[in-house]
Amino acid sequence: MTGDLLKEVLLTLLIFLPLFGVLVISIGMRGEGEVVDRNAKATALWTTLGTFAISLIVLFNFDPNTAEFQFEIERQWLGGGINYHLGVDGISILFVMLTTFLMPICILASWDSIKVRVKEYMIAFLILETLMIGVFCSLDLVLFYLFFEGGLIPMFLIIGVWGGARRVYASYKFFLYTLLGSVLMLVALVAIYLEAGTTNIEFLLTYDFPPEMQTWLWLAFFASFAVKMPMWPVHTWLPDAHVEAPTAGSVILAGILLKMGGYGFLRFSLPMFPIASDYFAPLVFALSVVAIIYTSLVALMQEDMKKLIAYSSVAHMGLVTMGIFAANEMGLQGSIFQMLSHGIISGALFLCVGVIYDRIHTREIAAYGGLVNRMPIYAAIFLLFTMGNVGLPGTSGFIGEISALIGTFQANTWVALLGTTGVVLSAGYALWLYRRVVFGELEKDSLKTILDLTPREIAIFVPLVLATLIMGFYPAIVFDVTAESVRNLVDQYQGALAAYKDVVTVSR
Amino acid sequence: MNPIQSGSVSFSESLSLISPEISLAVGAMALLMFGVFRGNSALRTVAWASVVLFAFTGFLIMGQPLDRSLAFDGGFVVDPFSQFVKILILLGSGFSIIMSLDYLKSERLERFEYPILVVLATLGMCMMVSANDLITLYVGLELQSLSLYVLAAFNRDSLRSTEAGLKYFVLGALSSGLLLYGASLIYGFTGTTNFDVLRMAIEPGEWNLGLIFGVVFLTAGLAFKVSAVPFHMWTPDVYEGAPTPITALFAAAPKVAAMALMVRVLMWPFSSESGISPEWQQIIIAISILSMVVGAFAAIGQTNIKRLMAYSSIGHMGFVLMGLSAGNEQGVQGVLIYMTIYLFMTLGVFACILSMRRKQGAVEEIDELSGLSRNQPVVAAALAILMFSLAGIPPLAGFFAKFYVIIAAVSAELYLLAIVGVLSSVVGAYYYLRIVKIMYFDEPVEAFDSTPGPELRLVLGVSSSFVLFFVLFVFFVVTAAGGVSKALF
Repeated sequence: MTGDLLKEVLLTLLIFLPLFGVLVISIGMRGEGEVVDRNAKATALWTTLGTFAISLIVLFNFDPNTAEFQFEIERQWLGGGINYHLGVDGISILFVMLTTFLMPICILASWDSIKVRVKEYMIAFLILETLMIGVFCSLDLVLFYLFFEGGLIPMFLIIGVWGGARRVYASYKFFLYTLLGSVLMLVALVAIYLEAGTTNIEFLLTYDFPPEMQTWLWLAFFASFAVKMPMWPVHTWLPDAHVEAPTAGSVILAGILLKMGGYGFLRFSLPMFPIASDYFAPLVFALSVVAIIYTSLVALMQEDMKKLIAYSSVAHMGLVTMGIFAANEMGLQGSIFQMLSHGIISGALFLCVGVIYDRIHTREIAAYGGLVNRMPIYAAIFLLFTMGNVGLPGTSGFIGEISALIGTFQANTWVALLGTTGVVLSAGYALWLYRRVVFGELEKDSLKTILDLTPREIAIFVPLVLATLIMGFYPAIVFDVTAESVRNLVDQYQGALAAYKDVVTVSR
Repeated sequence: MNPIQSGSVSFSESLSLISPEISLAVGAMALLMFGVFRGNSALRTVAWASVVLFAFTGFLIMGQPLDRSLAFDGGFVVDPFSQFVKILILLGSGFSIIMSLDYLKSERLERFEYPILVVLATLGMCMMVSANDLITLYVGLELQSLSLYVLAAFNRDSLRSTEAGLKYFVLGALSSGLLLYGASLIYGFTGTTNFDVLRMAIEPGEWNLGLIFGVVFLTAGLAFKVSAVPFHMWTPDVYEGAPTPITALFAAAPKVAAMALMVRVLMWPFSSESGISPEWQQIIIAISILSMVVGAFAAIGQTNIKRLMAYSSIGHMGFVLMGLSAGNEQGVQGVLIYMTIYLFMTLGVFACILSMRRKQGAVEEIDELSGLSRNQPVVAAALAILMFSLAGIPPLAGFFAKFYVIIAAVSAELYLLAIVGVLSSVVGAYYYLRIVKIMYFDEPVEAFDSTPGPELRLVLGVSSSFVLFFVLFVFFVVTAAGGVSKALF
């Protein structure tokens, strides 16, 4: 029985361990100065590493052969069917892993670049980690919303306090844009609660919502997730937020916060509103295709490195939404894989930008050139992630893109065809960026004394390189975990659709 | 069967039912005598004695029976609803007195009448909440209002304070007039002023024109008191002009009392067993939407933090009215949860405003908060938490307030109202964020004089931890409010 109890509290521990770090930093460390800053950084690092260790325990005890939720805990919270309910399945567990994996890297990446209000910075990141893990573990709609929205507060502060020149504009835009999308979801959530009498996600996954209601609920959820994802045309907050956020903030934004949109589609839109999802799939395909082609072209012409990567994120997320609403096994598997892979690769690309930004303090592409001459290690690492972004076989990017595209192809050939142009275009902007920054003659005076990666920076990149390559060469490591849950999701989805179509034909 | 007969009790039992009010009245008299003999130096003693009096009254209220009992031939009602709201009112008034001590001292306003007027206003509020008759309602409302008029003009040497007092008085008198006129119409067309008799006599959906007019006037008068749009014009001016601790009082307890009164008047006499009346529901929906929208948009341009809080309170009242317009049990529950949370948030924000002082005196411009996070990190963190909560961002308390009124609105199928509400909360988030931005993103200006005194720290600590940790004890508040709201059905 003790084993069961441990299993029950494991997720709670995982979620709230970072808050313990916050407690230590805010109460245990008074005053200012270098010693306090270093202690705060160390505490944050150890806390995030501890959280990662716990998430590994969760992963090793996770049984991939069932689509059931595992490590479940359910306790009374608000009463009236709204409970504190956690659990993970094959879809969510890897997002939890991605979060806990990226967090220590973010803390390390901020080690020297954050010089003011270090304590507050670490506190904000730890709170953010709690909220992000909470999003992926919640099995209650209200609890999910709580974590989902709560993440706005620390991110707003991270962009606004430690961001670049236009940080205030960017932080407002981020906050209000995302809030606007989410409040509609709140109304939908309340409607669901009153319809089904509970906000238990496990129960709602099997609940049959009336078809007309599904349409409205789907649209309300879509408003929230499309902004978060972000999908064209509601993506405009992302380039601003990315450019102004500190490096680690961009990593978290691109790596995890964007994935909440995709996770939302997988967790709510598809299984709970299958009829509406089917009905709106062409809309999603159209928006995804526009996102892929249009934002790729926009990325091509960017002069700011972070902005370029931000637009490429929008394009890559277009592939994900496409794969999700293809609603077949291949598409879903590919989408999840693509999200995880993009989380690692785009995070790494932002770190690459951060490395040279820390040295030269500009993100203008034109200010660089010929870095390979003085920074060979950096050039090699940057090349690997650029290739990952392009989708070169051998990197994780390839697997994600190809399977999402195959999935889409099965559902709609034309959409897949247009989507594939994104892969070509991504090669265009990513390689051109790489050529302009890394290759060529080292002519600019400011670059003449630039130094290659420090051991700390190498330590940051090693796990990311390994993850990209391992996922690229042995994708089963991911697919095995997600397979059963995805299969179950697709079966239910197709079953609900078939049942609905039967009803419609009979009633005619 | 006459409902008055069935519920009525003997005179001595009536007296025991109003023992909390008696304790407040007698206490106010005793403190007045004490103050007269001891002079203004007794302010601190009188103030803390009033707080003790509130605590004592609170215990008396908690000791009262939990079923619905009528006193004085049905003119006064004691039920869980009134008890819940009275506790809130006492908390609000008590904290307001505690918060004001530093301010009164530094502004040289140390007059012993101050706490006594607050006690009298509180007595009026308790009467309002327990009113079961239009006459009782009016008596309670006027006792409260008259005390507050005096308080608004309390800084009699300040032009702005006297202007605020006068403005409040003139507009308040106008609203009382409207209310009284409405009450007389209701009496004229139904032949009674008693709520229980009205409830039996009126059928929803079958109102005659005179009754509709009466209820419209009555509602307009009450909307004045809760400062709902379009009867909100006085709020920003009075909030700005009155001395800050008195603004804090205005924003907290009287709002709770007036809202509770509005809930009782609309949900009891003008509804019946079979449901609420569509006649008043339309009015409340309209003023709810107007209040939320005006509160959100008008606050954007404000530079004075007290004016900003005035518009913020208008917006919040719009949300509370959303709960009321649902007119079901969830609605009343939502109203109670909202008012509880609103009370703590408002008190906390005003504790922060009260700690904004420089050598030349208190400052009220929002820009003065610039860089507060460097100079006073704890106060800045508390104010930021309160601002995010006012904006309704989870996991802070303000989110749950909005959540439960939205549940009420959706359960009554008022989808448009709910959507307008959440959208205006996004607009509202903009100006709450501005304060956070000024504190955290902007460069520090000259630091405030000193850290807040122990009284302010107490209020600030209590309110910000309430807001922050509310997520842990939502269940108890929700259950209590749910149980209490049954009293009106």
